[in-house]
Amino acid sequence: MIVVFYIASGVAILSTFLVILQSNAVHALLYAILSLLSVAIVFFSLGAPLVAALEVIVYAGAIMVLFVFVVMVLNLGPGAEGQERVWLQPRTWTGPVILTLVLIGELIYIFLARPGLALRGPAIGPQEVSLALYGPYLLGVELASILLLAGLVGAYHLGREPSD
Amino acid sequence: MAEVPTQYGIILAAILFSLGVAGILLRRNIFFVLLFVEVMLNAAGLAFVVAGARWGQADGQVMFIFVLATAAAEVAIGLGLLLRLHHQFKTLNVDEASDLRG
Repeated sequence: MIVVFYIASGVAILSTFLVILQSNAVHALLYAILSLLSVAIVFFSLGAPLVAALEVIVYAGAIMVLFVFVVMVLNLGPGAEGQERVWLQPRTWTGPVILTLVLIGELIYIFLARPGLALRGPAIGPQEVSLALYGPYLLGVELASILLLAGLVGAYHLGREPSD
Repeated sequence: MAEVPTQYGIILAAILFSLGVAGILLRRNIFFVLLFVEVMLNAAGLAFVVAGARWGQADGQVMFIFVLATAAAEVAIGLGLLLRLHHQFKTLNVDEASDLRG
């Protein structure tokens, strides 16, 4: 299972990196979907099958399809790709890339300085997660439902044709 | 089944989060900015799941479900704003929308 974890992590990092390099929106979306699917495999190898299924269904299935719909609605012409390539000049990306590399280096140093801790216990199935979700976290579920309702109302308001 | 070292899972979450930060910093297209916000939220959820698996508790997965709900609400609002920006300014450049009442 540890080999699965390493291969899936490598695919996730590589495909997320390719999302940054793409100038075509649809190609970037496809690499993002690949990244989310490999993170789902990572979840499965960590012993979290419910979250792995939710990652495929909700993230890769619903949220990314919403992005695909927006690309279809916008109907971006061939000029958009050239504009994106103009924005990706080296003087634009050197600063952020250096700062992010410093951040990654610091984080990896901090996590590797600790003594090794192996994950323990068997896989946590859907039953335990559901019991926790509707037991001690019931208030959180209510808050999430209010947040989703607010998102629905906000998206409807923003998506309307302006009347004035 | 689970003999993956905890640090490697957390390091994977850190690398994915930093890639999302880099993507937001070096893109000006609001479409890509929203995409990288999704990548960052996903990395934060991964860190929760790894921590939950470390202690053998279900709380990490519960937190991931809350992150998922937040991401769904955020992407609905964000894509609504994107369509409004495209309708009003005929571009996806976020810098165009820097003026109030522009």
